[in-house]
Amino acid sequence: MIKKKIYDVVIIGSGPGGLAAAVAAKKEGAEDVLVIERDTELGGILLQCIHNGFGLEIFNEDLPGPSYAQRYIDEAHELGVESMLDTIVLEVTPGRKLFASSTKHGFVEIDARAIVLAMGCRERTRAMIQIPGMRPAGVYTAGTAQRFTNIEGKMPGERVVILGSGDIGLIMARRLTFEGAKVERVLEILPYLSGLTRNYVQCLQDFDIPLQFEHTVKFIHGKDRVEAVEIAQVDKNWNYVKGSEETIPCDTLLLSVGLIPENELSRQAGVRIDPITGGPYVDESRETNVPGIFAAGNVVHVYDLADWVTLAGYDAGKSAAKFAMALKAKESAHIPVKAGNNVHHVVPHTINKQNLTNDEIELQLRVVRPIEERVMIEVHDGENRIARKAARYARPGEMLTLVLKERHFADVEKADSLTVDVNPR
Amino acid sequence: MVEKRKLICVSCPVGCELEVTLDGNEIVEVEGNTCKLGIDYAEQELFDPRRMVASTVKVKNGYHPLVPVYTEKPVPKPKIFDVLAELRKVEIEAPVSVNDVVIENVLDTGINVIASRDMPKV
Ligand SMILES: Cc1cc2nc3c(=O)[nH]c(=O)nc-3n(C[C@H](O)[C@H](O)[C@H](O)COP(=O)(O)OP(=O)(O)OC[C@H]3O[C@@H](n4cnc5c(N)ncnc54)[C@H](O)[C@@H]3O)c2cc1C
Ligand code: SF4
Repeated sequence: MIKKKIYDVVIIGSGPGGLAAAVAAKKEGAEDVLVIERDTELGGILLQCIHNGFGLEIFNEDLPGPSYAQRYIDEAHELGVESMLDTIVLEVTPGRKLFASSTKHGFVEIDARAIVLAMGCRERTRAMIQIPGMRPAGVYTAGTAQRFTNIEGKMPGERVVILGSGDIGLIMARRLTFEGAKVERVLEILPYLSGLTRNYVQCLQDFDIPLQFEHTVKFIHGKDRVEAVEIAQVDKNWNYVKGSEETIPCDTLLLSVGLIPENELSRQAGVRIDPITGGPYVDESRETNVPGIFAAGNVVHVYDLADWVTLAGYDAGKSAAKFAMALKAKESAHIPVKAGNNVHHVVPHTINKQNLTNDEIELQLRVVRPIEERVMIEVHDGENRIARKAARYARPGEMLTLVLKERHFADVEKADSLTVDVNPR
Repeated sequence: MVEKRKLICVSCPVGCELEVTLDGNEIVEVEGNTCKLGIDYAEQELFDPRRMVASTVKVKNGYHPLVPVYTEKPVPKPKIFDVLAELRKVEIEAPVSVNDVVIENVLDTGINVIASRDMPKV
């Protein structure tokens, strides 16, 4: 079971965006901050990005992804951020309720004063770009191959063709070369590189891996396992250029053909999505159109640098903490009025401390059972009696009232809650 | 003899295209750099090219079968595959802490290979 049912800030996703949001929310003064992550560890995509290139903007150091993540994981722990791992958020409501499921905690329902969406993005797949051909094993997204190679210690294949010149594809070209695979070719349908130039230099040029622009995969061959891919040049309208076909024998095809922000949860919560970025519309505080729901990182738009994701996460976490604290102040300004002994209900349900000026406050209530003798209606805060009033009898069919006057207000102000009892005298 | 060489600075993600004017073994001018790191890069790249190497080593009793590692500093480019071969020989024992030295002074380069993350024991 979970420890607390209501958190100040709940963050979905523990990549650089989510971790930065958690750290910033704590530093801004939020007390109960929870990160929910579906993986069994904190860190997000960074854990599989074992190459250097992270942290240049923020730390002025050239760190691998896991080291970069480790700094924020450690900081989050030091600040007392709570986390729930191996837990997937299934639904977020516009009223900031979350439903999640995990092996350890079962089905959980959590209320949040503010939420930060930091679910990152996912890779486009073969089905999304519709590559013709057979359906053998050996066709992976570059990120999947990266997870196999860098975390699970399994090589995706030995002779590799990579479609797409995005950063993940370029980085995997080098990585698989390091592990003894032969990367035959990198193909890009556009006339220019889609990843960073430095990755072209360090990942392809350094190892003489050929890159062809305006080329794509026309057909995937292979019965059980990929045996070859047929590639072709394309013209400006992406039609194959006749006679440009070439067959490259290989056992693996990696796809590095783009990322899409992961926003199923956002949509359910009523968050408006920009059709151009595929992520939520946000204002400068990173708040979405749904009050109290913020978003940062690749879930908003795809970043090329984790450092910038971190900075966006800071903004979102800080804003979420401010929102949560304003809400909390409002909540604590309201003193609940509870139905006590033999009382069915009391209206109003709460009293706003800020309104305790000169107006009288009338409490209206009904009893549970009739009492056919003189009764006492009593308002107390536990130990301390605040107001009382006598009545000739009490019947469920007849509403009773008690008026709190200015002379009671000092006591009301000090109370955590008020309870109304109706007892025989 | 004066010659011009084109390089791409990889010191940061900006990736400036540098044009270096060389007179024999001496750099006369570097153009195209956005910051002064670009000049250092040109010098390094032309006379002693180096790269950071990041890979994995096997770990016993760890939460994962591998732990990611990297060279603390860039190593000479021609030694990249030798460093990788050294890493393949290594198997360490969990628990591992971030920045633990996995290979000291790898191949006499004066550079340590260190762990990129904590790896708890299971
Ligand atoms: C392969 C690859 C290589 C990269 N290389 C570099 C590089 O060299 N240098 C650089 O600066 N940047 C690099 N980047 C970019 C950088 O890593 C990303 O921009 C960054 O990780 C995005 O951070 P994020 O927090 O938005 O998302 P992520 O890191 O993707 O984290 C999102 C997290 O949310 C979790 N999640 C999603 N949905 C749910 C749910 N419903 N319930 C619970 N948890 C959920 C996911 O499991 C994940 O852990 C690379 C990115 C990739 C993919
Ligand atoms: S010259 Fe400076 S700004 Fe340009 S790529 Fe090199 S380090 Fe980056």
